[in-house]
Amino acid sequence: MTGEGVIRPAAPRLSRRKLLIGLGVGAATAPLAGCDAGSPAALKVLEKAEALTKAVQRALVPRTALAVEYPRAAITPTFKPNGSIDPEDAEYVALKQNNFTDWKLEVGGLVERPMKLSLANLRALPSRSQITRHDCVEGWSCIGQWKGVQLSAILASAGLKPQARYIAFFCADTLEQTTDNTGRYYETIDFIDAFHPQTILAYEMNFAPLSVGHGAPLRLRVERQLGYKMAKYIMRIEAIDGFSGIARGRGGFWEDRGYEWYGGI
Amino acid sequence: MTSVTTALPARDAPTGRVVFRHSLVVRICHWINAGCFVVLLMSGLEIFNADPALTWGPATNFDHPFFSLSATENDNGDPTGGVTTIFGHAFNTTGFLGASRGDDGELDERGFPSWATLPSYQDLAMGRRWHFFFAWILVINGLVYFAYLGGRLHIRDLWPSLADIKAIPRAIVDHARLRFPKGDEALHYNVLQKLAYLSVVIAFPILILAGLTMSPAMDSAFPWLLTLFGGRQAARAAHFLLATYLVLFVVVHLVMVVLSGPINNMRSMITGRYRINEVER
Repeated sequence: MTGEGVIRPAAPRLSRRKLLIGLGVGAATAPLAGCDAGSPAALKVLEKAEALTKAVQRALVPRTALAVEYPRAAITPTFKPNGSIDPEDAEYVALKQNNFTDWKLEVGGLVERPMKLSLANLRALPSRSQITRHDCVEGWSCIGQWKGVQLSAILASAGLKPQARYIAFFCADTLEQTTDNTGRYYETIDFIDAFHPQTILAYEMNFAPLSVGHGAPLRLRVERQLGYKMAKYIMRIEAIDGFSGIARGRGGFWEDRGYEWYGGI
Repeated sequence: MTSVTTALPARDAPTGRVVFRHSLVVRICHWINAGCFVVLLMSGLEIFNADPALTWGPATNFDHPFFSLSATENDNGDPTGGVTTIFGHAFNTTGFLGASRGDDGELDERGFPSWATLPSYQDLAMGRRWHFFFAWILVINGLVYFAYLGGRLHIRDLWPSLADIKAIPRAIVDHARLRFPKGDEALHYNVLQKLAYLSVVIAFPILILAGLTMSPAMDSAFPWLLTLFGGRQAARAAHFLLATYLVLFVVVHLVMVVLSGPINNMRSMITGRYRINEVER
């Protein structure tokens, strides 16, 4: 018996084709039996490391420490898009056809002043531009320029209610077809990241309007975490007091499929 | 008579004495480290399989990795063979690297084969869970090791002296002839042992630093990490190459354990007691 045999549940065997699709499109969800159908005790133990990692990194890393910003010459020639690259959701397709002129970012939840912002509204606000490194959980990195509105400015004008603890991002793309409607992309971050100066809602990439492959019309940049935290195709932002009631309750599409909520490593 | 025996005060050595070789802390740390290494290696290969290529610099050079594992395909898109590419040179590694057979006997596109990864099936999230949990155990174990034994005393056991350096050629010849130290000489590490163990004691912290350099949060607080390794992707490559070095060390280590008296060696790392083979008169 090998070491892994001790805790491995009878894992569904992925066909190569499924595996490739999973790796390529980012939907390798089938083998996450441990997370979907009653976690084995061992997984519960392994998950404890995440809390330790988060606590230690949050203690070591100053709240305002900036991710490294690179010179323009360092921009990766072909920035690899990942996850959804062309959502087929009807609502999104319709918005895309009108070049997102009908699109409005909803800001709601536990805020004093719910808002709806068009792309033009967002572009009229003060912006931040940054050339940063995007680190995918798979291992690769690309460097690109991003320009957008600081999330902190949006939250300040909407006014957070005192019970708000996290910011949730609800997206237009369905990354996995599910029967319980939990395949729509979403993400959550806490206020340490929400109010970080480099956390922006980006509408521009590499000095051009954000492309569909990279999340048009608006995507999140959370520069000190991994790529899956940076939701694309954002439709609605909500201030929330917890995320246990959203989808499968772990705070994000990939988190629901076994990945860590804290994506700083 | 060998060169070893002439150098020793053979008459003073009592016959077949048993000495206390490894302290309890060293023995416990050794076995925790060994267990962590196996889990970290296999879960590390699982993580590597999600993007089985290495490049230098800050960002990934998708077109020209210096090391990559891939598969050739037929017209149906089914894998027909595994290819390992090193500095542009392609090698057929079907069945092991790039493409290997799964439980169903069919060839699957996989960087490292399922028997080498944890979990055996492709699951990056679970690989990360295993990796980071046991990384913490390794780090805590390492801190204990350095705190109790990283002081001068133990480092002196591993740091080669000038005489040791001069003895390197002889030590290589002795090892090649499987002629192992006896008597009092077996009480101390020889120069090759010192260098090997010292390199591992140094390699582990660098390997951990390279791992931390892959963390975007750590990079924001400690950007010198990126400078140290030459960028995040270079750190990823360094992490992989240092792990490869440790695998080579473990292979040689295990071979030497077997060749130089496996029962005696195992006993010394379990109970601490080591029997000194006396020199021939």
